[in-house]
Amino acid sequence: MSFSDNANSISWLIGGPQGSGVDSAANIFAKTCAKEGFHIFGKREFYSNIKGEHSYFTIRISEKPVNSHLEDVNMLVSFDAETVFRHADKVSPNGVIIYDSSLAETDLDEVPTIDFEANKRIGKLLQDSGLSQKLNGMLDLARSRGCTVYGLPYYEMIEAVGRNLDDPKLSKLSRVVNVMAISASLSLLGIKKDMLISAIKDVFGSKPKLLSSNIEAAEHAYSYINTKFDAKNIKCKITPKAVLKDYVLISGSQAAAIGKILGGCRLQTYYPITPASDESEFLESNQIINQVDGKRGSIIVVQTEDEIAAITMAIGAALTGVRTATATSGPGFSLMAEALGWAGMNEVPLVVTMYQRAGPSTGLPTRHEQGDLLFTINAGHGDFPKIVLASGDIEEAFYDSIKVFNFAELYQLPVIHLLDKAISSSIQTSKRFSNELKIERGRFKRDIDKDPSPGTAGHFRRFKLEDSPISTRVPLGTENAIFWNTGDEHTEEGHISEDPENRNKMMDKRMKKLELALENIAEDDKAACYNFDSSTKNVVISWGSTKGAILEALEKLTEEGSKLGFIQVRLLHPFPTGTIKKFLTNARLIIDVEMNYSSQLGSLVQQYTGREIDFKIVKYNGRPMSTTEIYIALKAILSGTNERRIVLDGGT
Amino acid sequence: MAELKLADYKTTVHNDWCPGCGDFGILNAIQMALSEMQIPRHKAVIFSGIGCSGKTPHFINVYGIHTLHGRVLPFAQGAKIANPDLEIIAVGGDGDGLGIGAGHFVGAGRKNVDIPYLIFNNEVYGLTKGQASPTLRLGEKTKSLVTPNTSNSVNPIALALVSGFTFIARSYSYDVKHLKDTIKRAITHKGLAFVDVLQPCPTYDDIHTREWFQGKNKPGSEKLIPRIYKIEESGYDGIIHDESEVNKKMSKILEFSSEWGDRIPIGIFYQNELVPSFHERIAQNINDYFERPPSHQEISDAEKKPTARIDKILDKLQIND
Repeated sequence: MSFSDNANSISWLIGGPQGSGVDSAANIFAKTCAKEGFHIFGKREFYSNIKGEHSYFTIRISEKPVNSHLEDVNMLVSFDAETVFRHADKVSPNGVIIYDSSLAETDLDEVPTIDFEANKRIGKLLQDSGLSQKLNGMLDLARSRGCTVYGLPYYEMIEAVGRNLDDPKLSKLSRVVNVMAISASLSLLGIKKDMLISAIKDVFGSKPKLLSSNIEAAEHAYSYINTKFDAKNIKCKITPKAVLKDYVLISGSQAAAIGKILGGCRLQTYYPITPASDESEFLESNQIINQVDGKRGSIIVVQTEDEIAAITMAIGAALTGVRTATATSGPGFSLMAEALGWAGMNEVPLVVTMYQRAGPSTGLPTRHEQGDLLFTINAGHGDFPKIVLASGDIEEAFYDSIKVFNFAELYQLPVIHLLDKAISSSIQTSKRFSNELKIERGRFKRDIDKDPSPGTAGHFRRFKLEDSPISTRVPLGTENAIFWNTGDEHTEEGHISEDPENRNKMMDKRMKKLELALENIAEDDKAACYNFDSSTKNVVISWGSTKGAILEALEKLTEEGSKLGFIQVRLLHPFPTGTIKKFLTNARLIIDVEMNYSSQLGSLVQQYTGREIDFKIVKYNGRPMSTTEIYIALKAILSGTNERRIVLDGGT
Repeated sequence: MAELKLADYKTTVHNDWCPGCGDFGILNAIQMALSEMQIPRHKAVIFSGIGCSGKTPHFINVYGIHTLHGRVLPFAQGAKIANPDLEIIAVGGDGDGLGIGAGHFVGAGRKNVDIPYLIFNNEVYGLTKGQASPTLRLGEKTKSLVTPNTSNSVNPIALALVSGFTFIARSYSYDVKHLKDTIKRAITHKGLAFVDVLQPCPTYDDIHTREWFQGKNKPGSEKLIPRIYKIEESGYDGIIHDESEVNKKMSKILEFSSEWGDRIPIGIFYQNELVPSFHERIAQNINDYFERPPSHQEISDAEKKPTARIDKILDKLQIND
């Protein structure tokens, strides 16, 4: 069974060795299609490697907004043998494969970067089909399903480009093979060449030499297809419906970074780690900030010696009244746990942007997982308040980046913004973000009168015990408000105290902030529901980056007459028990969908609402969930499968 | 503004250090330095690590941030980077700074953020009952150790030098005047300053006691001749006036740093203000950093609207112009 996409939409994939320009080619392709009027969703896959291992980029192009990928590929674009070996069996019947015709006789065993397991799997597939172990065998297999293959003599094409440019340095020129491949695919798809040239100009505009060779390569490949092949009959042609006005093509890490800039983050610390570093690098390249008042702002990005320094340096900066963040992934977050407790103990507003990847330990460093939910909400020893908010897609990542700073300052505590690789390194066409947002700083003050009733040691009471658990907060350097912080239990002034009565009062003060947060945080920020009304009986529950794939699968099921509701839990800590209970009141069947081994959200739902999860759909092979596999799994559940836990295994 | 007296820099918080602890001398010296320099109390922040020394800020009447074990330097650097107008002093123990925090010691040296850092060096982990610290030498057996120390010691002066600290000094907790003057020099120094403060632990370090420093058990002398000597008195000048002096001075500093036992040098070994501070490095990229550091920026207006505009960044990502 597969997922048949709507007619005016295709799934496109380009692959190649890491370092050969797969990413930039995919970005040019995506931008070209977006300029033509299509919505885009793109997903990156790569090894933990600098050069040579197989990387690929999947892009969905659609007349409607898209937010997920499919298992099947309609058009496979390659310029090496490995891409064909690894992906040709995923090309749908009627699909298209573009390959290097000089590689047709390449044997599977001649590709050293195809690891032993993959070699065995592909070899068996070919053997079972009675085909040769050569690239041609893979192509024959595709042909037998109805695919059309287009062989391009890249070497001769590059030679021709070199002649046209009057540049004989072929070794340098061979870098343009990626652009030739995408140009050929755009020509087959019938997308206008002008759009491609315009997208190439966007990317290489500042480098005249690269610009001219890439344009020449694109022109050559585009017309090569038109003269050599008759592409009229290819099945995956698409036609644009509209122009995307006021749209950006943006990645999740860029969206989160731009949110931080708008949200007032003025210092970020980090230690290099995949997939979190992209955000810090983007922030640093935009460190000068334009302001409405004509003044210039700036954000300082500091690379530290390790993640412990990253979080403690961020806390030190936050004490000066600056909105401060650090960004990391699981291994780095593990190192930050102790300092997180210090921030909780001393009521310091701090944002940790946590980009999950597949663990445990180093795990699959460049692959996907939502495996850190329980760790994140429980990180740090002892009881202290923190807020954990998870975004479901790129647009949410932007708006939530501002909200997490508001939460941090309103409740004076650390806030963890949970994202994952499927959001951070994916790209999407998105409506331009709004500037119209509120910055809530809570009880933060820059000027203060002398406290007429100071604490027992005669000092300002930073942790004053009063009706509200939130005390007045001032930055270091404020007159009349000298205070102390300590990781020890402390008095209202911040001096060490081991008194049992004071201990209870201070614990109560800090932990009450969680109740206050639950009272005041908007319902939409606790959980969002889709395809849902009070009579909805069958409910899918999930969190984070699975949102897009779930929504599209549900849309398809609704069209087929099976309506399922979707609850996307956004606030993971403190857990919005009341909200979730309310949503589940009439639910008969609860299906938990998560990209981890142990259904971590499912266990929270059971713990807090007392409701058993009826079916669990999980995935932990490091590849994100596709719409296709969620659709198939849900369909199996609706058809009465006995499997209570379905493990998805899609992806290459 | 009224003159601030020494008493103004003292709190009434109960001090629970052991009687005779070297920490008292260091505490007094810090308070005297602040008072002599007339640093406004709200402009000063003492950051500390964990251990007996970690309690220091609670006894000084300026802002006090008692952080985590080993992490005082990154905390302090974060605050100073965000607000360079603050007068920040970092303090900690030898286990704190040279054991669990050694990575940050090296990391801080590379950055050269403008803060003084005092290590209260007493060779033991006092608060956990006297285990060997990273400055206790191999084979030495202080009171609480079951067997002589099986790890070798780190050389703090040499480590500071190779890590890139731009001010390196040593003083002694019972020479409060020398220590106070050294701290003042460290505060005034532009860049990261390290002061190694030798300090007896009367409870757990029964080898390098106050009496030992005074010259007790020193071979070949009838009367007590202090082991500590001041390098300035022998005409040594640690200031680098020209980069060409650095290499020569480095070997001299390493020589000083390995002197121990009968003669122990204290004083300012090294001061190099030719190396740009981290703040100056930031200002290379953000040229109004000193006027408008992160802490001085208004991020929202009276209606709580963000002051930042993101249009130019979005324009670059826009699909159609």
